[in-house]
Amino acid sequence: MRDSLPMKNTSATPLEAGAKRSTPSGGLQAWLPRLVLAPSVAISLFFVYGFMLWTFVLSLTSSRMLPSYDFVGFGQYSRLMANERWWVASTNLMIFGVLFVVICLVIGSLLAILLDQKIRQEGALRTIYLYPMALSFIVTGVVWKWLLNPQLGIQAMVQSWGFESFRFDWITDPDMAIYTLVIAAVWQASGFVMALFLAGLRGIDDSIVKAAQLDGASLPRIYWRVVMPCLRPVVFSAVMILAHIAIKSFDLVVALTGGGPGYATDLPATFMYAHAFTRAQIGLGSASAMLMLGGVLAILIPYLYSELRSRKHG
Amino acid sequence: MSTFKKTTLALALAGAALASTAQANEVEVLHWWTSGGEARAANVLKELMEAEGYGWQDFAVAGGGGETAMTVLKSRAMSGNPPSAAQIKGPEIQEWGELGLLGDLNGVADAEGWDELLPDVVADIMRYDGQYVAVPVNVHRVNWLWANPEVLEAAGVEMPTTLDELFEAGEAIREAGFVPLAHGGQAWQDATVFESVLLGGQGSEFYQQALVELDPEALGGEQMIDALEDFKRTRELMDEGMPGRDWNIATAMVIDGVAGFQLMGDWAKGEFTAAGLTAGEDYLCAAAPGTEDAFTFNIDSLAMFRVTDDEELEAQQALARLVLEPTFQEAFNLAKGSIPARPDLDMSEFDSCAQQSLADFQRTAEEGGLVPSMAHGMAVRADVQGAIFDVVTNYFNDADMPAEEAAERMVSAAEAASF
Repeated sequence: MRDSLPMKNTSATPLEAGAKRSTPSGGLQAWLPRLVLAPSVAISLFFVYGFMLWTFVLSLTSSRMLPSYDFVGFGQYSRLMANERWWVASTNLMIFGVLFVVICLVIGSLLAILLDQKIRQEGALRTIYLYPMALSFIVTGVVWKWLLNPQLGIQAMVQSWGFESFRFDWITDPDMAIYTLVIAAVWQASGFVMALFLAGLRGIDDSIVKAAQLDGASLPRIYWRVVMPCLRPVVFSAVMILAHIAIKSFDLVVALTGGGPGYATDLPATFMYAHAFTRAQIGLGSASAMLMLGGVLAILIPYLYSELRSRKHG
Repeated sequence: MSTFKKTTLALALAGAALASTAQANEVEVLHWWTSGGEARAANVLKELMEAEGYGWQDFAVAGGGGETAMTVLKSRAMSGNPPSAAQIKGPEIQEWGELGLLGDLNGVADAEGWDELLPDVVADIMRYDGQYVAVPVNVHRVNWLWANPEVLEAAGVEMPTTLDELFEAGEAIREAGFVPLAHGGQAWQDATVFESVLLGGQGSEFYQQALVELDPEALGGEQMIDALEDFKRTRELMDEGMPGRDWNIATAMVIDGVAGFQLMGDWAKGEFTAAGLTAGEDYLCAAAPGTEDAFTFNIDSLAMFRVTDDEELEAQQALARLVLEPTFQEAFNLAKGSIPARPDLDMSEFDSCAQQSLADFQRTAEEGGLVPSMAHGMAVRADVQGAIFDVVTNYFNDADMPAEEAAERMVSAAEAASF
């Protein structure tokens, strides 16, 4: 912290003079950011990780309507594994999560690439595509519920145009209802992914693209081989955000299908809510929440590790 | 500070102070009486309270079966801030009583003579550990069949008295171009139809064994399989757009003449009344096919929570007293479609459906056939009820599942439901 300039200068700048001053205030400078952040860190540690721990403790008890501390080991987990609705919910999360993330990435990147072609009214188009993100999932859910209703929505409209045998009643079909969730969620989030990719594309050095053009590569090839690999950090951010939206999807399910025909579109979030609160089974709900957390961590931690490690080295 | 800033600050502080002081002698009542007829019925109680000088803070949470309202109530209770009164019913009152959260209404009960007034089957539910903790508001009958007489005439059918007649009538109505059975594909509605079909096809004794006592042999046996198959057949009578539909929209289908029948409890009558229709002329009511000698009851009650504030306690006692008084009982039940919880009320204002309901209630109370509704939380605990709902609604929506498998699942649902 002491300045170690070779020339001792009587006309030292005020900053250098300040830095040569005694250690305590310099030490405070270094510690001040940590002090300021400490309350938030403490609160997060307590409310997020502390309560996660409490949920884990509750999942080992036989709590019903209110928390109790009557421990039953892993009994709740074995009940959960034997619960058919839980398996339906977990499978649904896999299907919904993977489809949602992949389709959003594809559509988002396509839209971004198309908007990147220096077209007119780019600003207006960008805003239009980004608008659905401003809606809450409840609004999206309700609107798509009406659109997908076979008697009021798209099927009715197309049939009224004369295509009598057109069918689009996925929302009433237990096997297909999960894909209606994907449709509504993708519609909502694609614009956001497009915005992320557009920002990433704007940040790419023009000279690389020009060099590739000089080498004679066609535009699609340039995008696929040159530009997209540079966007790996953007893909990483997009996947992080989309994955968290997918796991959090509770309001969309409730608004769009209410759990679906029977419980065909149940997701772990709605399963946990129904059991922990409505059915007074806090122990089982906590166990399902812990399993949700476990599943999420099992996927995200390797991904995080590989991305951050390669960034350090690459 | 400038004068403007001072005035604004003063106003803001005053506003905050006003907002934070709630009136002391008022009750906060949680309920799910949110459809047209129900909301009008609940408003009667509010007006009666206000006429006596007490405040009424409404806490309505929509959701036909009350699931959402109960969930909200649990989170409020967990945070140590329950409302003054809540629409809790059936075995759940006992669960809340076990937690020690309910208040004592014995004072009002003794003063008003509830022990002599209420039928035993009603009074037992309202008591926890010998003390009154809740006040019954009405008695609903769940096993009703509602019909639009114009649709029936157009199809040339009569009100069915057995399940087979229902299916035959349904076919004729379908051919005449209407929807035979209006239904909303929500778990509680599926379960309501299921229990009426089971009651009609297999009788009230089997209903008691299977859905109230949860006897594994009854739940997994031949009779259950028959009941499940009958239940699956009713799907043929319904329309495509039924998944997720609310119950009052299904009733509106009958009111508007789009559909012929609806299997729903008598809160549906509140919708008919709110639409200005007359029982017997503009709409028909009958016991669900096969259930003339059975009465599936669903008693709405307001459970009182333990409060420490004296003024709030006084308001709570007034609420309990007003609920069972003839004024409220008559006004509420006329609007809601149910029969009064106090049997000594003059029924001349009530329509033919309600009078028949009361006669059946008294008859089945003496002769047997008075059973609690499983689908409406009167027979079994919330977790068992939820597990049965899952089996019933999944079976109903799965085209491939055989009834035998569904019966097996019912058995494991009842066993595995809780610790």
